[in-house]
Amino acid sequence: MADTLKPDVAVSGRVDRRRFLTWVVASPTLMVAARLGLDVPSASAAEANATGAGEAVTSNETALDLYIAIGSDGRVLATLPRTEMGQGITTGVAMLVAEELDAGLGSVEVRSADADPRWLIQLTGMSSTMRYLAGPLRAAAADARARLVTAAAHRWGVSASSLSTANGEVIAPDGRRAGYGELAQDAAGVWLPEISSEPKDPSAYTVVGQPTGRVDARDIVTGAARYTLDLSIPGAVPVVVARPPTLRGSLQSFDASAASAMPGVVGVVPLPTGVAVAAQTFAQALAARDALRISWTLGPASQLSDADIRIKLRDQIGPRPLAPLFTLKTLEGRFDFPYLAHAPMETQSCVASVVGNRAEIWSGVQDPKFAQREVAAALGWALTPQWVTVHPVRAGGGFGRRFFTEAPVEAALASRALGRPVKLMWTRNDDMRHGHYRPASHHRVLAYIGPFGTILGWHHRAAIPTVEFPHGYGDLVTAIFGELLPELTSALFFTLTQHVPYHFGLVSQELRETSIPIPTASFRSVFTSQVGVANEIFVDQLARELGRDPVALRRSQLKSNRLKAVLDKVTLEGQWGRPLPPGVAQGVAVLEEWDSAIAHLVEVDVTGAEPKVLRVVIAADVGLPINPKSVEAQLQGAAVDAMSTTLSAGLHIDAGAVREGSFADYRWLRMKHIPAEIRVHFVRSDDRIGGVGELGYPSAAAALANALARATGTMPTRFPILDAGA
Amino acid sequence: MPAYHFTLNGEAVSVEVATDLPLLWVLRDVLGVTGPKYGCGVGVCGACTSHLDGQAFRPCIQPVSGVVGRQVTTIEGLGGEGLHPVQQAWIAEDVAQCGFCQPGQIMAAVGLLSQNPNPSDAEIDAVMSENVCRCGTYVRIRAAIKRAAQALRDAGTGG
Ligand code: FES
Ligand code: FES
Repeated sequence: MADTLKPDVAVSGRVDRRRFLTWVVASPTLMVAARLGLDVPSASAAEANATGAGEAVTSNETALDLYIAIGSDGRVLATLPRTEMGQGITTGVAMLVAEELDAGLGSVEVRSADADPRWLIQLTGMSSTMRYLAGPLRAAAADARARLVTAAAHRWGVSASSLSTANGEVIAPDGRRAGYGELAQDAAGVWLPEISSEPKDPSAYTVVGQPTGRVDARDIVTGAARYTLDLSIPGAVPVVVARPPTLRGSLQSFDASAASAMPGVVGVVPLPTGVAVAAQTFAQALAARDALRISWTLGPASQLSDADIRIKLRDQIGPRPLAPLFTLKTLEGRFDFPYLAHAPMETQSCVASVVGNRAEIWSGVQDPKFAQREVAAALGWALTPQWVTVHPVRAGGGFGRRFFTEAPVEAALASRALGRPVKLMWTRNDDMRHGHYRPASHHRVLAYIGPFGTILGWHHRAAIPTVEFPHGYGDLVTAIFGELLPELTSALFFTLTQHVPYHFGLVSQELRETSIPIPTASFRSVFTSQVGVANEIFVDQLARELGRDPVALRRSQLKSNRLKAVLDKVTLEGQWGRPLPPGVAQGVAVLEEWDSAIAHLVEVDVTGAEPKVLRVVIAADVGLPINPKSVEAQLQGAAVDAMSTTLSAGLHIDAGAVREGSFADYRWLRMKHIPAEIRVHFVRSDDRIGGVGELGYPSAAAALANALARATGTMPTRFPILDAGA
Repeated sequence: MPAYHFTLNGEAVSVEVATDLPLLWVLRDVLGVTGPKYGCGVGVCGACTSHLDGQAFRPCIQPVSGVVGRQVTTIEGLGGEGLHPVQQAWIAEDVAQCGFCQPGQIMAAVGLLSQNPNPSDAEIDAVMSENVCRCGTYVRIRAAIKRAAQALRDAGTGG
């Protein structure tokens, strides 16, 4: 394949010190790919794949799966190895591309790539999308623009440097204009651009950084947006699965005679995870599912309930370590966090068609390559995953749940057994009771106080059931560090991500992994959703002990200037210390993570039957906010998560089964619980692109807990605090 | 098989289904109208919210027999040619994140404003708290409802 390699393009040093490789892909139109480390296909990999004449990938697809293509109609197609799950990726990517190309935002279309081995990291999570794709996207778009300008220069016989671009056109000083569409083919033949293909300096941005509405807003508000089960795949029958009463229980035997005779039923198929029922409509499939008679084997956690789990976790903590020299007083805090379900609004779902040795999967997966491998393995094709084509579909929320691929596996198996395409849906109950959960945890935090109120040390030991990352650490760590590291354990992930941002003397944090046979997964902010929250709550306790203002104590001990700046901003905007009536109090907390820094100030009223959050003020330094509106939305959403899980949403385990089954008992907050305002203020220390998706949770939860402590005089230590049925 | 006749988004439809199915599945599986979403199937999340004779209702718990001869409107039928002012307000406030709950949220909001053109915060909260948004877009939903209420009043069609 005639990919034209060109030398490294240095991306503006101020934006990004990394260098990106771009190349033009042989094609009748202009197509530019970019490479960042191992995140995107290398030229040779692309070549090998193309000449291997795509099993599941057509040669056309091969080219299109790279970054940016400009059609002869002037439309720009950006393809990226990420899934839109509500984070606004699509809009952010379109903005970056439009910016560098000088094309209208409306002319840019963004597509998720199908599962493809050439994308080393295809996982959407860890707040990585913008941080890792912005550089290559800018490089590719800037390169495309330089080629378009060069093509126009050749056509007109003028010097490329005399030309300018705006709104999808190249413009000559004499007023001649040519649209990108009509130049695309010529531009594909440009060997070397005659103007710089350096991306713009951020100071020149006119699109990026402007609050921009989502590009797909109209589709969403008209109901035109298609999620997995909205796709019309000819002949696909509705399928639901009867599941065991306990987590990871298994099928012993079943009797489908009554179910099979019910109206509309198409077939009944045993699966490793339960019994699938296919029918003409979901209503009929659900009714037939209820008519199945099944005996189940209890799951591995059937001896465990909440109290047992708490004891198991507490037992991991062990004796206190030796206090540092000169310690006069040791403060101890203990914290318990519950299991949490991700409960995305769209339950797990998948459309699948398996015919012969080909499978096609449509699903809102967070890691299509992992889904491809899993489906292939389930079908007995572990060595030929390319027989499985995975089309990522817009997802109704992911939050870490859609790294897992039970629905695609079940749908593929059911499709093969039934000999027809299926659309498989998990019910809300299925989704709540057979999830992968943010694990419960127990924490002991120790603060050592020396003479004159000095802080001599901080010790945190966390007992957390092992977090499953089956989709692969290699990928994760690559996403985080841009380096290849070998397989890691979650202990190492803990060490790499958990930091105490204060000068607290001798600091140590330890993870005691505990094996509990309840499925787990990462959740917004992973370990920080527990470790970071407990730390920030205990910082307030330390301030109380020392008789110091919690903001002043933080201010004096913080190591990072970015954190000091967001703390200053939030206390200013939130009017820290303003007079409040009895029973109303403020709390603050901070976090620096994913290349971003954030501070929350929460005001809570505890005079009613249940605490009511009155106000949330956020100061965030995410570097360059590509789309401030989208950043604000993410932070508002994370604040709602934090309020929900701090106050009222948590799971109970009863003899290996999850008690909660829907939003009726899993008390995620509703509008009436939400303050009138969740205000986001931006602080911008530089132009790096910080992560946003996970950032907004931990300090929101801790600030709320701190406000509750100050309003009630008691530090909350067990979450959710309104746990009725413990 | 019994046939059920009703009006869907302004057009007469007739469906033959074996049993008295919940309307949500008649809409989605039989008629291919996918705007109303499944979020719980038991009436607690609001993802399927649509209108029955102009009032918000939950097709997931409404047997199809109960809509015979009546007007069913889903998100697809809301705007007619253009966008309904509530949809416009949703775009202006950039409400949606994953978007999955939003057809239901919008239909609930339209239902609210048709009853109460000038709702207070407490009235908005009371009605809209029946709809879950797992992405946490509530602050923007509230703002969009106020914006839409204003627009409807300005246009003199809010009552
Ligand atoms: S799906 Fe109808 S209310 Fe939840
Ligand atoms: S926008 Fe995702 S559930 Fe509401």
